[in-house]
Amino acid sequence: MTFADAYAAAPESTSVVDLRADYGLFIDGAFTAAKETFPSVNPATEEVLAEVALAGAEDVDRAVAAARAAFTDVWGPMPGAERAKYLFRIARIVQERSRELAVLESLDNGKPIRETRDFDLPQVAQHFFYHAGWADKLEYAGYGTTPLGVTAQVIPWNFPLLMLAWKIAPALACGNTVVLKPAETTPLTALAFAEICRQAELPPGVVNIVTGAGETGRLLVEHPGVDKVAFTGSTEVGKLIARSVAGTSKRLGLELGGKGANIVFDDAPLDEAVEGIVNAIFFNQGHVCCAGSRLLVQESVAGELLERLRARMETLIVGDPLDKNTDVGAINSAAQLARIRELVDSGVAEGAEVWTPPCALPERGFWFAPTVFTEVSASHRIAREEIFGPVLSVLTFRTPDEAIEKANNSPYGLSAGIWTEKGSRILAVAERLRAGVVWANTFNQFDPASPFGGFKESGYGREGGRQGLEAYLA
Amino acid sequence: MGTVVGISAVRGPGLAGDGGMADALVVTSTRELRGVLHALPGVDEVGARARAARLAARSVKNESKAAAIDLAISMVDLTTLEGADTPGKVRALCGKAVHTAPGAPTVGAVCVYPDLVKVAVEALGDSGVGIASVATAFPAGRAPLAVKLADTRQAVLDGATEIDMVIDRGAFLAGDYAKVFDEIVAVKDAAGDAHLKVILETGELATYDNVRRASWLAMLAGADFIKTSTGKIQPAATPPVVLVMLQAVRDYAADSGRIVGVKPAGGIRTTKDALKMLVQVREVAGPRWLDPALFRIGASSLLNDLLMQREKLATGVYSGPDYFSLD
Repeated sequence: MTFADAYAAAPESTSVVDLRADYGLFIDGAFTAAKETFPSVNPATEEVLAEVALAGAEDVDRAVAAARAAFTDVWGPMPGAERAKYLFRIARIVQERSRELAVLESLDNGKPIRETRDFDLPQVAQHFFYHAGWADKLEYAGYGTTPLGVTAQVIPWNFPLLMLAWKIAPALACGNTVVLKPAETTPLTALAFAEICRQAELPPGVVNIVTGAGETGRLLVEHPGVDKVAFTGSTEVGKLIARSVAGTSKRLGLELGGKGANIVFDDAPLDEAVEGIVNAIFFNQGHVCCAGSRLLVQESVAGELLERLRARMETLIVGDPLDKNTDVGAINSAAQLARIRELVDSGVAEGAEVWTPPCALPERGFWFAPTVFTEVSASHRIAREEIFGPVLSVLTFRTPDEAIEKANNSPYGLSAGIWTEKGSRILAVAERLRAGVVWANTFNQFDPASPFGGFKESGYGREGGRQGLEAYLA
Repeated sequence: MGTVVGISAVRGPGLAGDGGMADALVVTSTRELRGVLHALPGVDEVGARARAARLAARSVKNESKAAAIDLAISMVDLTTLEGADTPGKVRALCGKAVHTAPGAPTVGAVCVYPDLVKVAVEALGDSGVGIASVATAFPAGRAPLAVKLADTRQAVLDGATEIDMVIDRGAFLAGDYAKVFDEIVAVKDAAGDAHLKVILETGELATYDNVRRASWLAMLAGADFIKTSTGKIQPAATPPVVLVMLQAVRDYAADSGRIVGVKPAGGIRTTKDALKMLVQVREVAGPRWLDPALFRIGASSLLNDLLMQREKLATGVYSGPDYFSLD
């Protein structure tokens, strides 16, 4: 193997991770076993990484009770400046243990180590630092200083530790206590985070982690002892939660699906637009709620742009998530892979033209090659439904009005991108897009100081920034 | 790339095209050139920097690293461009160019001022190492055209196989594209069979849009290579600048069928820097450009670092800088 053909293997060592054979539930500051367990699998190899406790009704009761006691006795009354110290401590421990957490996240989720190392973990630490800074300054945020109480948080598998940080950091900064349920396919970094809570000497019960699948999640969000439900995940489940919470006094925040439009005008910086398209849809295997999964390109430049995009996709390295050069890792689960395949098959059946770069996929594990559909009509399922995989649907437009109309023609409204060298057009188009976040000449940029959330069926409430604090204050 | 205006030069290799930008119309007016250069897609600065940073994170290890180091050695234009250069200094440099290390390739070329070309010719003999000379009133280029052409002709007459010329940055920044174009065409003519590298001095062009336009201008005028910098101005060969130039040669090749080389120069001192450049070459322009005929690195201290890393890979230990000759 020479340099010109390919890069030699550059695997990150797994020796930094101390995987246990089984993991318990984290309730009231201690790990406890449950009656049943379930396996967490490495999606790149299909090997079982560990057995994880499955929380039942009694476990959820205990976790909510522990969170209630911690809220009433310790965390609620604690001055913000004191809470901040714990959050700063957690942030620093996350930084110190970031290599271990990055490897663990890649093992459990299948995402490339390049992303866990350069994106997920730095963002996780930043979220805790940022919200630590708010804890003693809430009165200046404009939403009062009264916490809600016990928050039930259910998070997805696409950014396991980062979604945990998005949920836990603001909740704690505002004086709430937490019962969090990680996704059943990616519980391990949340359990490592439980260890970090102990390391930071966070008072018992302030953070509780209950692992399990949909049923555990249902028990948690429907529990009468919780004051607030925060959910990130599919619109389908989000609707169920909204129904179950309706008519109660619980507050609700939902961050759901998306079908983001990435709009490329003919005066766009083409090379950077190609990079932005790649980042919009192939980042994290396309397992991103705000992915730019619909490319809307001005017809006059479509041919040239797609030619460049295909050439760029041929350089994407797909494979071992722990190899430092991997760009696209494994699909998180067999179920998700089946869903992607089903939608891709529908695209072919409905007449769209499919293309993938030549790339050899590993035999074991769950894999899907980066894929582009052209000749896509707005009526095709692949243009309307969230695929949540490395699959891009390309549509063309002729005028800015048509682009805006097509971008907004979706039940979702989470993200959008605009590519043009013309500043005035960026502002004019962004104003008319019904999307919670609009990126201009970039895509998938995040910062704890910037609020994030959706329009329409992409959910409600904002996370991050000053606005994100509102969700955790009475 | 679909383009608007066809351009052809007074003369110019590769300018006869196949329907691309290089076709038709004999026009070298500033207005026509502006039409072509300003029709190129813009470069988003933040995006270009992010792309370069991402490529810089590639991990080149073991056998790939060994192959890349030897490739980098063969691409070095071993350079001395000082007022204090002497025949002795140039002879020492030529010795190093040929005898890099046991088993290692020779460098691509040595690069000297025109008055020392004869010394280099004699010292290099039939080693196969190229002799590059910086003609055209290097580095500022602030001399009458006749002087620049005489400078070039003398260097070629004395045996230079490659000419590194500087463009008139003042004319470029003033928008006088025809002046820049005509000068390159004239120097190309004066250089005859010698390979022409056109130095853009990107540190003075300031924006990536200008780097892209100047790259195209030089290629349209007949450059065999486009080169970032003289090494006398900072910043020089930054990764995003090299990225934009690699995109330019890639697109120009797709458009005209003519393959133009790239030479970053200035500030590339470590093996790590060089490997980052080669990663860019591989992934942006394509493996076709991983060839000393199409990619050179202008440097002086880089060579010893490459040789040290080469030995480290082969033996597993660092021997230390005292084991490598300072020339």
